[in-house]
Amino acid sequence: MSRPELQTPPELFYNDKMSKKYNSNSRMVGIQAEISDRCIELLNIPPGQSYFILDVGCGSGLSGEALEEAGHVWLGVDISRDMLDVANERETDFGDLCQHDMGTGLPFRPATFDGCISVSALQWLCYAQTSEQVAKTRLLRFFSSLYATLKRGSRAALQFYPDSTEQAVLISSCAARAGFTGGLVIDYPNSTKAKKYYLCLSFEHGYKTPAAKRAEPEGGAAAAKFDGGSRERRGHRGKPKKGKVAKTRNWVLAKKDQQRRQGRDVRDDNKFTGRKRKDKF
Amino acid sequence: MRLITHNMLKSNIKGVESGYPLGIEVVKMEEQELEFNPDFIRNMLAKLEWDAFRAAATALEAGGELPEEVTEEMKGDEEVLRRVHHALMEVHLVEGELVCPETGRKFPVRQGVPNMLLHEDEI
Repeated sequence: MSRPELQTPPELFYNDKMSKKYNSNSRMVGIQAEISDRCIELLNIPPGQSYFILDVGCGSGLSGEALEEAGHVWLGVDISRDMLDVANERETDFGDLCQHDMGTGLPFRPATFDGCISVSALQWLCYAQTSEQVAKTRLLRFFSSLYATLKRGSRAALQFYPDSTEQAVLISSCAARAGFTGGLVIDYPNSTKAKKYYLCLSFEHGYKTPAAKRAEPEGGAAAAKFDGGSRERRGHRGKPKKGKVAKTRNWVLAKKDQQRRQGRDVRDDNKFTGRKRKDKF
Repeated sequence: MRLITHNMLKSNIKGVESGYPLGIEVVKMEEQELEFNPDFIRNMLAKLEWDAFRAAATALEAGGELPEEVTEEMKGDEEVLRRVHHALMEVHLVEGELVCPETGRKFPVRQGVPNMLLHEDEI
């Protein structure tokens, strides 16, 4: 499936038909609910507390439903009127809705919300829909207004689908420029389908991003971290030395494991796995 | 739209200094009962812009008797908290308009959803 962001602006893409489809597709509903629950978990709210949460790109209110189940009062913002109409029909008790374009800065007074979640919305900001729009300006406007409107000490967990690494870096560097600390948490980094990016933001210095979820404890580096104000820093990996890759039994086993996690068809391990061939046939 | 949302909303048109509070023009309003959560209301008291809240409650005739300012005793008085809860959470503005205090620009509220979208020259 091609990316909807490349086709039309969100307010046109999520039209009447698409909004209803979005809401009745049980696979989408399942994924959205799962992501929302994970976002709420990442906010790290003390149990039993009822908070006032901002939901950016609330769409048809699926994430709001998850917030409500967790006992919070929420305010949803979305650009698509058709999506909001679907959300309105849902008759949520503890939610309110507002139509707005997050790229023009959130219209809320300072220090009002106890947290912010967003499900699959941030990447929309990266695409210029009209000639007046510049992705970076829109991202910066969004993050600085979010920084202002969140209560000090609260957190934000924003899930999004970056189309490239550069895009993920652009988004997180904009967040850092607005003053947030935090970083990306990548759940299930080894899987193509289940892989999810969460941008976890906080006001605390020395805030450590929560651990990412993965199928098994070992695996590649999953959490990229940055400090407020500074550019993202990555460890240098360096080129592997040529001709010196020793394909030991452990290396082969790890590789096979990785491919299994990706759902590929992999032969079972046995005593011959990773054994060297005789020099001569 | 509830008053809790109204209390947070401001107009962010380019050049507007505070854009707060937004005026309310009522066409249609509604009341819906909601479970009372005293802890949540107590938490919100610290964050509400009280004068704007009182003015809005008066505009929607939802005030009953709201005290002039937030006091410590109020947090223990369930009677008052209930009135705050009613005005804050149970009264909905269904149709009407929000007015920017500086420019007079009107943001329409339709079916309970305020439209805060800006025109291109307002960004």
